[in-house]
Amino acid sequence: MINRLQQRYHYSLILLRELVVTDFKLRYQGSFLGYLWSLLKPLALFAILYMVFVKAFPVGDKIPHYGVCLLAGVLLWNYFSEVTNTGVSAIVGKGDLLRKINFPKYVIVLAGSLSAFINLMITFVVLAGFMVFNDVEISKTILVAPLLVLELFVFALGLAFLLSALFVKLRDINYIWEVMMQAAFYATPVVYDLSFLPEKFQKLLIFNPVAQMIQDFRHYVITDKSATIGTLYGTEWMRVIPVGFVIVLAIGAAWYFRKRSRYFAEEI
Amino acid sequence: MSNAVEAKGIYKNFILPHEKKDSIKRAFTGIFRSKRKGYEVQKALHDVNFAVKEGEFFGIVGRNGSGKSTLLKMLAGIYQPTKGTISTHGKLVPFIELGVGFNPELTGRENVYLNGALLGFSKKEIDAQYQDIVEFAELERFMDQKLKNYSSGMQVRLAFSLATRAEADILLVDEVLAVGDAAFQRKCFEYFKELKANKKTVIFVTHDMNAVREYCDRAMLIDKSEVQLIGSSEEIAREYALLFMDKTSDHAKKGNGKRWGNGDVAVTSVKTKVEKDEIVITVKAQAKKAVDKLIYGLHIMGQDGAEITAMNNRMIQAPDIENIQPGDEIEYTWRVLNIFNDGVFYVMLTLVDDVAETLDWFIKADTFTITREQRSTTAVLPPVTVTNTLTKKK
Repeated sequence: MINRLQQRYHYSLILLRELVVTDFKLRYQGSFLGYLWSLLKPLALFAILYMVFVKAFPVGDKIPHYGVCLLAGVLLWNYFSEVTNTGVSAIVGKGDLLRKINFPKYVIVLAGSLSAFINLMITFVVLAGFMVFNDVEISKTILVAPLLVLELFVFALGLAFLLSALFVKLRDINYIWEVMMQAAFYATPVVYDLSFLPEKFQKLLIFNPVAQMIQDFRHYVITDKSATIGTLYGTEWMRVIPVGFVIVLAIGAAWYFRKRSRYFAEEI
Repeated sequence: MSNAVEAKGIYKNFILPHEKKDSIKRAFTGIFRSKRKGYEVQKALHDVNFAVKEGEFFGIVGRNGSGKSTLLKMLAGIYQPTKGTISTHGKLVPFIELGVGFNPELTGRENVYLNGALLGFSKKEIDAQYQDIVEFAELERFMDQKLKNYSSGMQVRLAFSLATRAEADILLVDEVLAVGDAAFQRKCFEYFKELKANKKTVIFVTHDMNAVREYCDRAMLIDKSEVQLIGSSEEIAREYALLFMDKTSDHAKKGNGKRWGNGDVAVTSVKTKVEKDEIVITVKAQAKKAVDKLIYGLHIMGQDGAEITAMNNRMIQAPDIENIQPGDEIEYTWRVLNIFNDGVFYVMLTLVDDVAETLDWFIKADTFTITREQRSTTAVLPPVTVTNTLTKKK
């Protein structure tokens, strides 16, 4: 059984591996510090967030380890934004390749997403460092973190599939997505905590899967003072709505991508 | 032997929008103007059927824009046919272009692994033959340099070296040979010979009729989106040459400076029959005015327009046609010994009177084609005998 699966996906796996490696090699191509930037960027980011939101505008007093909470939010958001933004042009950008050789197209989108994911894991090293440094109490609820990251991975990947396939036909998608991401940045608790907002806004915005995921991450990994969809509605079952949305979107996007991918080569 | 590739009833239409509806605005405005036909259907291929047997070297030839590259892309699974089915048995590797996926920012070594992955090689498999690939490409010293610093010749060599590693049952080759210098082309042809010796199935799209003759077991001619003929490579190579010929003889019939004369007597029909020993050319002509003595000539030219032979009735001591009245019909038949080698030939007919007035000078009146077992670089082989003696040293 495993053997058969391996045979079927042999080519895809080889290709996926090479594309991820290539993507990663090209990421810091030509820079002096190279991969170190994956660590340096979140470090610098934390310094900025700390100066702005902890020292200059000390709004987060009621949440312990506020700086770490913000860093977690920004890292997760950056990952989401990178996957979807590069996802939009992933297929069109490889048009030259698509017209020359036939291969499973999903590999391109998946490779971009995996490359960003590896980068996220590196930045998590920095996050862990700050957690230790800030004396964050680590409870066993941290075990939920992989599930949350998985949710974000699936959501971002699903959107990347949908956007990349749509972009082949409608070249406005990248601008639309850019604007939507600007709006979503403010509608998602990235550089603030959801609990700062009036309650009715909290209850509305938490249905955004990224908001739900970031708040959950802060709550379970860093501090239980951070609000989650469970604490807002008094029942953990409310989580079914954003998580269900992620699953439905991912399946729908995969179906659409699969259906369209046969015609990518001639439509680009 | 079973079929490696089978195409049944392949149609391919490309939809070409007049204005590409690729922005939201157009998509919306398009809804209200949907009655206007905003696109054109281009028929790239029309009812294509063929099968390639296992181990066969199969050529696809045709003029530019005839649809042959579209067909190859469909065989490779890059395009989908609008209608019809394509079935392939065995691992298929396409060479639509060499060095697919090469990235100029990566080193030669890294590109080997990337391009190798596209051809289906895992890292381990490339590791095992990395040394061979580099040696064959003669690039030992350059593998750690970025590809953007390679000359185009070096890139092609590296790409080709990789391509020849591909373990495929079926290879699709699209005129890759057109690029590169003579030394590179020789390498390509050696590779082709090797493929042929190893009984690989190869589908080869080309313009080069010499390559078709030399390598292909069978070939297919595509013109105007349809299969014109599937046959032996000789047959196809000849038919392909005729595609270009037809165009020129059309011109001839319309005049276009290819025929002149006062038309007192003019050729009305030419029939050329190729027999085993003779070329029989039957000419009919009609007179408009009275002509005392008619001298009639025949020239035969090769495909390049060079005259191979030229004669008239007086040169072979045949009588003139005398005392022609208006409305008279004339018929005469030339019989030429068939000493022609393989190729396509033109027939030119001349009619003059005995005061050297040109009545009809018909340059490309007809063509004929000769098929020989053996090819030759010369146009004719006159009947020749040879004897020899060998005197032993005492």
